[in-house]
Amino acid sequence: MDGVAHFTLENDEGGGTTLAMSGPLLVSTIGQFEDELEQVSEDIATVDISEVEEIDTVGAWVVSKFARRHSAEIIGASDSAHHLIGAVESASSEADMRPERDPVWKRVAIRMGERVYNARGSVYGVVGFLGQVLIGFASVLRHPSRFPLKALVRQMELVGVAALPIIGLMSFLIGIVIAQQGAVQLSQFGAETLTVNLVGRITLRELGVLMTAIMVAGRSGSAFAAQIGTMKLTEEVDAMRTIGISPIEQLVIPRILACTFMMIVLGFFSSVVGIVGGAVIGQVALGIPFFTFLERIQEVVPIYDVWVGLIKAPVFGLIVALAGCYNGMQVQGNSEEVGTRTTMAVVSAIFAVIVIDAFFAVFFTEIGWG
Amino acid sequence: MAGHQRFSDEPPIVIEGLENKFGDFAVHQDLDLTVKRGEILGVVGGSGTGKSVLMRSIIGLQTPTAGRIEVLGHELTAHDPDEELGVRNRWGVLFQGGALFSTLTVGENVEVPLKQFYPEIDDELRKEIARYKVMMSGLPEEAVAKYPSELSGGMKKRAGLARALALDPELLFLDEPTAGLDPIGAAKFDRQTKELRDTLGLTVFLITHDLDSLYEICDRVAVLADKKVIATGTISELIDTNHPWIDEYFNGPRGRGAQSAHNLNTERAAADKGD
Repeated sequence: MDGVAHFTLENDEGGGTTLAMSGPLLVSTIGQFEDELEQVSEDIATVDISEVEEIDTVGAWVVSKFARRHSAEIIGASDSAHHLIGAVESASSEADMRPERDPVWKRVAIRMGERVYNARGSVYGVVGFLGQVLIGFASVLRHPSRFPLKALVRQMELVGVAALPIIGLMSFLIGIVIAQQGAVQLSQFGAETLTVNLVGRITLRELGVLMTAIMVAGRSGSAFAAQIGTMKLTEEVDAMRTIGISPIEQLVIPRILACTFMMIVLGFFSSVVGIVGGAVIGQVALGIPFFTFLERIQEVVPIYDVWVGLIKAPVFGLIVALAGCYNGMQVQGNSEEVGTRTTMAVVSAIFAVIVIDAFFAVFFTEIGWG
Repeated sequence: MAGHQRFSDEPPIVIEGLENKFGDFAVHQDLDLTVKRGEILGVVGGSGTGKSVLMRSIIGLQTPTAGRIEVLGHELTAHDPDEELGVRNRWGVLFQGGALFSTLTVGENVEVPLKQFYPEIDDELRKEIARYKVMMSGLPEEAVAKYPSELSGGMKKRAGLARALALDPELLFLDEPTAGLDPIGAAKFDRQTKELRDTLGLTVFLITHDLDSLYEICDRVAVLADKKVIATGTISELIDTNHPWIDEYFNGPRGRGAQSAHNLNTERAAADKGD
């Protein structure tokens, strides 16, 4: 903006000093002007603002603050300036800008205590939630007419069918990477042909299902948490309850069933596509014909590897869906909570899946499916 | 006034032939509206007549399909970034829910526009400005250090108002400021708006459904219907137009209630003066 604010100092005959301000006193011109005002060290008896062209509340505030500091009298104020100065003076306050915070050492201790306390609460919460789901499931079985078939089909489409392309692509690429990297290492022992064993066993036993679970947690677990969380915020869930519809039956059970069932299908699909990826690399880089690769798979991979994958898949699906729905149902308060809970759903689902996978690995080896 | 454009007499908002289309559906067509300096203009219209879209077009959040919008002497529909920058610090906007930044305290919220546009202002002075703005918008002192999530709906709106007033704007946009407030809070907010207009010389563009606000504080009312502003004027002028929608709006049961309440208030005020 144009125009600059100035001031001049004049000594009166009475011995006092008058500070005369001129120019526009606006929020756009005040920055520099205020700095200069701060430098004034003389005793000021009167502040003359009759030459001020324009003034807004910020200008009025600066004038009144200056006058207060020097216990000076303001003269020459136009009607509007007088009005503004009165208004800002009556609105002055000393309040802090931020709430007071505890010192760091105290905050750390408090935060840790809260975490520990909440950990117990969330274990109870998840177990309780699982119980609610089982009760809901039992009551749906007793009253098959209440079974949310449409919602189940819809969720199966969203969780399963819609995920096929991305999971297929991911598995294909993983198959390629394992075959290619495996061949490089195995060739040091002259055992490139064992690449087939590597690809077949690792995708069917571990990677197919594990990577799918991680992908489903990211795609669907987060969506469950966000959808149910938003429905809680907009009081849709409460509305369902008042009408007599159980949100567990209508929202949670279809999602959990869909996720558990589709995980089996997706996990198997992922393993198969992974093997195909390995076979493609076999044909292109290792000199193993495509169909020979597939035939060798049949010979070197024991059938129980397929069972291992298929048994783990529904468990992982259940964990992902439970984490998503549980966290969604825990949302309350504001929209920020939806974000936090969604993150929590994905992180805790992936973490739990990997921990359970470790247990499964030991278990299956112990029963002789190693 | 020494080459300064502030508070000159040109109308702060001039809209000519505005058209807003969403796909094939036109919300506005050939809409004309002029807001006079220093007035509180109420904008009314049924749900879905595009009151908020109109406001968003004026403040540049929605690009109109056709037409001309001039705000404070700058033509915004020309999409010249310099032109836009020249007006952005001269208006304040209060959104329906307050739209406060949730990670900042109320005081810090008010500081944001000051920091953005006038970084040369000293930290201490900026804090003082933020504090008195919060107080001026009618919040208690303790509210300065509170986070938006700790405030009630009415307090959020006041905090939003404080932020809208941060730069001492000439033009203030209020989107349904009294919606969702209790009648006492709404009346207070109305009074506050009027006081601020009188003290700061604001021009106020007020979208509202609140008939009491229309009677109490609006100088003129613009009625949106049939994709355009069908009438502008004082309430009595509007009633004289005999348009069926306007008639239903002001002469329906609620309109009558607000009118008689207004008359009662004016009588009381006159009686108080007489004593």
